[in-house]
Parts: sequence; C-alpha cells; structure tokens
Amino acid sequence: MSRSYDRALTVFSPDGHLFQVEYALEAVRKGTCAVGVRGKDVVVLGVEKKSVLQLQDPRTVRKVAMLDDHICLAFAGLTADGRVLIDKARIECQSHRLTVEDPVTVEYITRHIAGIQQRYTQSGGVRPFGISTLIVGFDPHDTKPHLYMTEPSGIYSAWKANAIGRSSKTVREFLEKNHKDDLSREESIKLAVKSLLEVVQTGAKNIEISVMESYGKITNLDLSQIEAIVSEIEKEKEAEAERKRSRLAATAAGQASMTSRAAAGTQ
Amino acid sequence: METSFAITGKDYVIVASDTTAARSIVKMKEDEDKIKAVSPHLLMAYSGEPGDTIQFSEYIERNLRLFHIRNNYSLTPSAAASWIRRSLAQSLRSRKPYSVNLMLGGYDTTSDTPHLFWIDYLGTLAEVPFGAHGYGSYFALSLLDRYHNPEASLEEGLEILKRCIDEVAKRLVVTPGKYKVKVVDKDGSREIEL
Repeated sequence: MSRSYDRALTVFSPDGHLFQVEYALEAVRKGTCAVGVRGKDVVVLGVEKKSVLQLQDPRTVRKVAMLDDHICLAFAGLTADGRVLIDKARIECQSHRLTVEDPVTVEYITRHIAGIQQRYTQSGGVRPFGISTLIVGFDPHDTKPHLYMTEPSGIYSAWKANAIGRSSKTVREFLEKNHKDDLSREESIKLAVKSLLEVVQTGAKNIEISVMESYGKITNLDLSQIEAIVSEIEKEKEAEAERKRSRLAATAAGQASMTSRAAAGTQ
Repeated sequence: METSFAITGKDYVIVASDTTAARSIVKMKEDEDKIKAVSPHLLMAYSGEPGDTIQFSEYIERNLRLFHIRNNYSLTPSAAASWIRRSLAQSLRSRKPYSVNLMLGGYDTTSDTPHLFWIDYLGTLAEVPFGAHGYGSYFALSLLDRYHNPEASLEEGLEILKRCIDEVAKRLVVTPGKYKVKVVDKDGSREIEL
C-alpha cells in the first residue's frame, strides 16, 4: 500500500504549491518564444527558432505543428515533451472524426490537451509536461479565428494575442500596447513579427511565421517574405527615432532661445 | 448480389461497385456508395458484412490521414495495402473479426504508376492488373482475361468495364441494378457516370 504514496511525484508543499508544476513553468520560461495573434479573419503564429548548427538540417527542427486540417499548435519548453503531446492531440483529432464524423473544434482539442497536461500533475510516477502551448485554428463551418493557450498545470484560456516562452512577459506587454481588434492579415503578421523582434535579436532568419486564413488554409511564410517585413519594421523604427530626435532638438532649441530671451529681459 | 470490379489502365485505375444494400433476400436501397476515397490517391471498394464494411473503411481512412499528418507524406498504395492487409489479418485472429472484402486502387505519385490490390477478409493480398469480388467475379474475370489491356485509355477501360457489367446482367440470376464507378489517377479520385 505504501507504494502508492512514494510513486506520487507531484505533491503539495505545506503552503499549497505544487513545486513540480512550478518547475515545469520554469522550463517553459527557458524555452524559445512563441507568439499568437488573432486578427479579424486570420490568425498568426510566430515562433523564435533556435539557430541551427552549421551541419544540421533545419527542416527537422520544427516548432509549429499541424494537429488537423484546421488546427495548428506552437509550443515553448521541452521539445521532446511537445512531440509527445502533439502526437496525442493528433490521434484525438482523428479519433474524434471517426466517432462523431466531425472535425474537432479548437476549444475541444485545447481542452483535451489541457486535460492531458492536468492528468500529468495528479497521477503517480509521472512528471508534468514542461511545455506551454498556443493553439490556433478555425471551427468547422465558422469564419471566426481562435487562439488558445495551455500551461503545464492544465490551465487553458482564450486570447486575442499572447506569447509564451522566453521573455514572454515583455512580448505580452508589447502586444497589450499594440493590439487592436479586427486586424487585417498584413497587420496581424506584422504585429506578430514586431512583437517577436522585441526578444529575437538575430532578426528574420530566426523567426518562423505560420498564417491561417480560413478553415484548412495554412501558409508558412518563407524567409524572404519575413525579411521584407522585418526591414519594413526597421525602417519604421528608424523614422520614428528620427522624428523623436528632431523633436528633441526642436524643444532644446526652443528652451535655449527662451532662456536667452529671459536673460536679455533681465539686462 | 454484391459485386465489385477494378481495372488498371494507362496511368489510372477504375473501381466499380454495385449500389445495392441488401439484407437477406430484401433490397433495402439502391444508391449505396460502397467506394470510399480513403486518401487523395486511393480508392477502396468494400463489400461484406454491412456494418463491418463502413466501420473498417472509416478506421482505415482515419489512420491513413493520421499517418499523413504525422509524417507530412501519404502512404504509397502498396504500403497502404500492406497495412490494410495486416489490419485484417489481426482482426481475423480476434474475438470478432471484420468480414470485409476490398478492392484497393491507387495511384503512386512517387513513381507515377497505377496499382490495384485484391484483398479479402482472410487477409489475402494480391496485386493484380484487374480484379473482382462477389458473384460477378465468376463472369467478369474470364472476360477481363480476354479483353484487359494495361495500356488502354480511360475510354477503352470504361468500355471493358461495361462489357463486364453487361455480362453479369445477362448471366447472373440475382443481378445488381446500378453501379457506381470511380477512377483514380495523377489528379486524385473522381466519380464517373457510365
């Protein structure tokens, strides 16, 4: 009987924390960043790619996975855990079609994934999944895009735009400042890239963008397209900085003239 | 009685099946589609125990799709045939085996060749240039021995199929009334009106 006690890995600490789950969240924070942006009738996933080694095949390192024709998932954290979870989700997508002859809804598969993650915080002999996920897609017979996030604890929630992984807090704050409702396709992509650039120093070659426009229509942007967007953003930033500089100079000049006039007045 | 034919030709496979759903001596309906496109370049005509056929073909369809999503490429017709045969062989050795006979026609996009497989509920798999299941096969096979041409165009292929259907209509006591005909080639699968 005592077996069942020592097999449990995730047990409460006296002050009510599940340390294993919190460590899992720490693993997520160490993972590469992923961003999801929901527009008017488009939803965009952007991920930060680790730069591949010189002799590595970059096609074998993927962070955005297709779960079904109409659903994509990006994750941050332990890649190996992600693979396992993705496979479970893919099986559920097909199993759902087999049993009810309908594709899964985004909310359904999110709940399923979160359910698996929760189970791994409560059963014996296992450790939690060290990943957070962003799940995007369209429900069958619907034109509204969806974006969900799940965490190692099994929490899931819907978002307009969100980020997970390394420096996700910075990126989320950026999104909070810049997200507007009903973004167009181009605006959504740009916002995703822009927010990723907050934390990705190396620019376009370490960014991967997937765009879903309607049920089953997924496109991955290639490097040249991302580079174009990045250079456009950089140009805008430069123009902004230039404006700021000239404004500063103008105010400085104004102040200088005022002080000199004041000095002249006292004479 | 249930009958299905399949014929390979130049860069295509024609799969035809009757459309009757019968129970004992009673015809329940005459427009049952018994050919399923289990993947973009793979057609499967099924016959046998009514519930089993649908259950099994949907199970195959979903597993082929799962393979595609996992690996980003589809199984070739011959690989799919092997897997389906194995599923049936495993099922045969279970408590309640599937009683399903199949004609599996597919177009291999990697080598640009049409393939046809004859599979029965015992887990027999044979790659054939043409094939048939059911009572119709007793009449059609000899006809196809005489007239089948692997280099035939689609029109010629359909002519040969019509010969088979007419022969079965002429000689078989319990003749199926209507047939559904589908063809698979490099552009995928589609239905054809005879």
